[in-house]
Amino acid sequence: MTTESGSDSEAKQQQQREESTEAPKENPKAAEPASSQSQLEQLPAAVGHSTPARKEQETQEEDQESRQSSSSRLSRSPLKGVKSVKIMQCKVTLLDGSDYTLNVEKRVKGHVLFDKVCDHLNLLEKDYFGITYRDVEKQKNWLDPNKDLKKQIRTGPWNFAFNVKFYPPDPAQLTEDITRYYLCLQLRDDVVSGRLPCSFATHTVLGSYTVQSELGDYDPEELGSDYISELRFAPNQTKELEEKVMELHKTYKGMTPAEAEMHFLENAKKLSMYGVDLHHAKLVGRLYQGLARAEGEDSEGVEIMLGVCASGLLIYRDRLRINRFAWPKILKISYKRTNFYIKIRPGEFEQFESTIGFKLPNHRAAKRLWKVCVEHHTFFRLVCPEVPPKKFITLGSKFRYSGRTQAQTRRASSQIIRPAPFFERSASKRYNMSRSLDGAPITENHETLMKDSDSAARGDIITTVTTEKKAEEEKAEREDARAETTEAAAGTTTPLRQEAKDTDPPTEMVKHQTNISELKRSFLETDGGVPGLTEWERRLSSSPARSPRTDEPPMIEPLDLQDEEDEEPARDETKLELKATEAAEYLLNCAADSPLADGAPPTGPQGISPSATMDDDVFAAEEKTLESQDDLSEKSVAKLSPGSVREEVSQAITDKRGTLIILKEAEVETEGKEEVEKLLMTKMEALLEDASQVKGSPKKAMASWVSEVARAEESEACRVLPEEMTKTFEQSKPDVAQITLSETAPLAVSTLGWVSSSVTSEKASADLEQKKLVAMEIDAAPEACPHTEGEVVCTKETPVVHTETKTITYESAVSDMNGDADPGVLLSAQTITSETNSTTTTTHITKTVKGGISETRIEKRIVITGDSEIDHDEALAQAIKEAKEQHPDMSVTKVVVHKETEITPEEGED
Amino acid sequence: MAGLMAGFGCYTHAVVRGIPRSLAKEALRISQADVDSTKAQREYDDYVQVLRTTLGLEVVELPADETLPDCVFVEDAAVVCGDTALITRPGAESRRRETEAMKGALKDLNLNIVEMTDENATLDGGDVLFTGREFFVGLSKRTNQRGAEILADAFKDYAVSTVPVLEGLHLKSFCSMGGPGLIVIGSSEPAQKAVKIMQQMSDHRYDKLTVPDDLAANCIYMNLPNKGQVLLHCTGEDYPESVKVFDKFKDHLLIPVSNSEKVKVDGALTCCSVLINKKPNN
Repeated sequence: MTTESGSDSEAKQQQQREESTEAPKENPKAAEPASSQSQLEQLPAAVGHSTPARKEQETQEEDQESRQSSSSRLSRSPLKGVKSVKIMQCKVTLLDGSDYTLNVEKRVKGHVLFDKVCDHLNLLEKDYFGITYRDVEKQKNWLDPNKDLKKQIRTGPWNFAFNVKFYPPDPAQLTEDITRYYLCLQLRDDVVSGRLPCSFATHTVLGSYTVQSELGDYDPEELGSDYISELRFAPNQTKELEEKVMELHKTYKGMTPAEAEMHFLENAKKLSMYGVDLHHAKLVGRLYQGLARAEGEDSEGVEIMLGVCASGLLIYRDRLRINRFAWPKILKISYKRTNFYIKIRPGEFEQFESTIGFKLPNHRAAKRLWKVCVEHHTFFRLVCPEVPPKKFITLGSKFRYSGRTQAQTRRASSQIIRPAPFFERSASKRYNMSRSLDGAPITENHETLMKDSDSAARGDIITTVTTEKKAEEEKAEREDARAETTEAAAGTTTPLRQEAKDTDPPTEMVKHQTNISELKRSFLETDGGVPGLTEWERRLSSSPARSPRTDEPPMIEPLDLQDEEDEEPARDETKLELKATEAAEYLLNCAADSPLADGAPPTGPQGISPSATMDDDVFAAEEKTLESQDDLSEKSVAKLSPGSVREEVSQAITDKRGTLIILKEAEVETEGKEEVEKLLMTKMEALLEDASQVKGSPKKAMASWVSEVARAEESEACRVLPEEMTKTFEQSKPDVAQITLSETAPLAVSTLGWVSSSVTSEKASADLEQKKLVAMEIDAAPEACPHTEGEVVCTKETPVVHTETKTITYESAVSDMNGDADPGVLLSAQTITSETNSTTTTTHITKTVKGGISETRIEKRIVITGDSEIDHDEALAQAIKEAKEQHPDMSVTKVVVHKETEITPEEGED
Repeated sequence: MAGLMAGFGCYTHAVVRGIPRSLAKEALRISQADVDSTKAQREYDDYVQVLRTTLGLEVVELPADETLPDCVFVEDAAVVCGDTALITRPGAESRRRETEAMKGALKDLNLNIVEMTDENATLDGGDVLFTGREFFVGLSKRTNQRGAEILADAFKDYAVSTVPVLEGLHLKSFCSMGGPGLIVIGSSEPAQKAVKIMQQMSDHRYDKLTVPDDLAANCIYMNLPNKGQVLLHCTGEDYPESVKVFDKFKDHLLIPVSNSEKVKVDGALTCCSVLINKKPNN
């Protein structure tokens, strides 16, 4: 029990601040007989990829039960004592409208139910789905997989529904037909309920594919002439519609159900409201903020709808889209009382970031919206989930999305090797029942916005510390203990060890890399901003447009500039996503089987302070990223001198650093308190220097493109990180470290080639260039195109010139990596984080130019966590090996091993 | 296979309307300018000939109505997308009756007619930019929020975003589609701001082609079975600088169309026709 002291007291503190009575999540975990329990908890995640879900499930349940009976005293407060296992009957409404009744143990967490249902459905790609329940207000909430069922539904009936939670932007990329089938069922429901509006023509098309998939080929003899009126296609189904559906149906002979569903999805995904989760709200403050435009009306209090989707946040007034904030545009999402806030990066018309507020009908609605945003952002935008705030920063919600992200789930599902499961496409009950029977639940379902997240995250109350102008204000709010914020930092991600649902075996990397382009495609999906061939490129490469003139019509020149700048905010998204995707390519996975990795995600990395701190660094760095980007883009708009850019940027950094430090200190304080199972940390910095010519290797070009994209923004991250890191480690050592082992082994020195710096911009500016080509006909020297200053005529001889406005001088804080002391010009930098259950890998890719020498440095930090059973040396060796394999053209220049062992009171461990 | 959003720029029919003599004197205009009736008529004839003869479209020509001096600008009277036609409620009172003949013509073409009956709504087709993936509706002197809402209702498949039009008559007075995913935009500040807003509002990526003259940014893109990509754009006489930009579309069938008279009454190239695709996709 002693283990509980730390977390418990904390928890109590927190509880006082909270309204909620949720049991502190640390508790069970902290007190768990660490290895066995946590291992089991970890299991579903680990197994999820390739093992049939069922197995894991069972283990899981057994575990749950055994824990319940044997260790409940450890994990629960003494009051609760030993209890007999209560079984509850749950009713889950499935997507075909049928009800599935099952029993679960009363105390289990949400994922148990979810997993059981997925099992029942034979669904492996389950990350897109979720379970909903109704709260007292009849609002739909998403079941939190990591919270006790009963605490979420409270007094309500044990009725649930199985739904799509994250609509994949490109359903074709789902691995299994069965997954698509369930998605179809959801969408049919969305359409019939009117939640997904579409035109008559589209109703017809979607309806016809539905018929084909459900009934098969048109066959008048078997089907009769009125076979179709039993099915529902539209909210207001007319005879005319049915006839048109039939007409189309006739033309599909021979189409398999799976094909029909694919066609269905291909059409449905293009609908503007596909996967948009709507929330009623009112505006607080200026309506046209993001647009830098006013209609002249006072927008205060205007009724709007907020739509959360894969790409960001959409704002509707009636049916009209009046604004849109792509995830990269959003710096922070928060809520307080009934208000929901987003902090927006400054656009080119604004100087400062701005916060836009929305008033939700009530506190729960605000929180639901916030959670849905957090989850969507994480799922679609990040490579892996963020770390939930540590317990000690009890100033806000600990809630984070802890499932797999889209990137992860795609990776995972690429591992599915089972033969396509047979499944019955039952004539969906939902639609061929009589309307009255069935209408009610449907409308009920749909009136309310379906994707509300659950209100169960009682940990609430956080605020990430901010140094912005609003800081003080927010401090007050924090004390108020009601504000919840999360930094919606884009791009790089912070790992969460416990939550790591991803235990990719190293071999997966190989597979994964082949998948990259696919992933990329999907990430970029709708846009033409793909680095490869844009519409323009394709058109122009075959077009003589390049050749005719070398004298550019002067008037167009600015266009390109503008183009670039203009589209930067928008393009950004693409870029960052790409980056995120690309990240995978550089992931270095060290899969050491760690029995540790405890299950309950929300608890945060337990006592692994260094990594925790590192995470935070990364986390904060992201913000920096965004911020500096702003600075930079502003700069480039304003065409200020490089010097001032630098100034501005460092200002930003300084500010942010304040944040970082605060966070860190907080952590350090608590470290002592946190119960830690045995943990070992190995930090490896594998520095790969690449000096070969970027130009040569496409892969590298891609890398450089990626980093170019992330460009100077990321450099912030890079620059700050090392320093912060160091501090962090220093601070944490006294608390945690037992052994600190540091070894530096310069293994090889890179060869340096002469490359014009501009080469790096090759890809990044590809499509821009294309435009330029149209406009100015820069001749076939894409790599010479400056991409920040259109007017500058680029010359390969002065490689650095054109990027200067946007670059930051790299002052190597970590020093040693460069043979020469000469600080290069940082072209780009990028931070990628990935994790498995026992390792966390943070990869920094930095691109610098020194005197015409382009250098790419990849720095990987791998935190291997686990108990002493792990052979760290082996893990390290493996990591290095993998790093080498991944970057055959690079050499390892430095490896630093940093080991930390903590031996804490081990009462919690059996 | 029927499908959403297939075949951007595919057209089979065009609805046009003759120039009334009253245009020269009575047509609405932002800046005072004398219109040469004969020249305007010649421009119109050329325009129709291009559509009919050069491009082989089925041209439905509505007779001019002397009581409707602006009636040649048929674009404002209807928005056609797929098999649905929204009959608008033009922002200028004097133009409201223009929709009658248009409605008849579109009905005859078997389109699903949606009418804008709400008296609080106004919408000119010139404020409606359809990109193939979504709509942008300019909120202008002629088009209001309500009009845009009704348009959104009429075309439910698509996102409809509003864009403030601060200068010029219509949204399309300074922009148009130059191809799938390509927005042609004028270089003025309001135009550039507008395109920025459009990009921000969109989930899709657009390429942008800036031309020096705002008015020259109004061009007509088609993708026709036997002609390939077609671009009707301004002439070198009218906009010598802008035309250079268009000249670079080497793969396109480029057809300069003179519009110097109609432009005096704020008529751009797109204004003079409503394009329809009767062939279900492709």
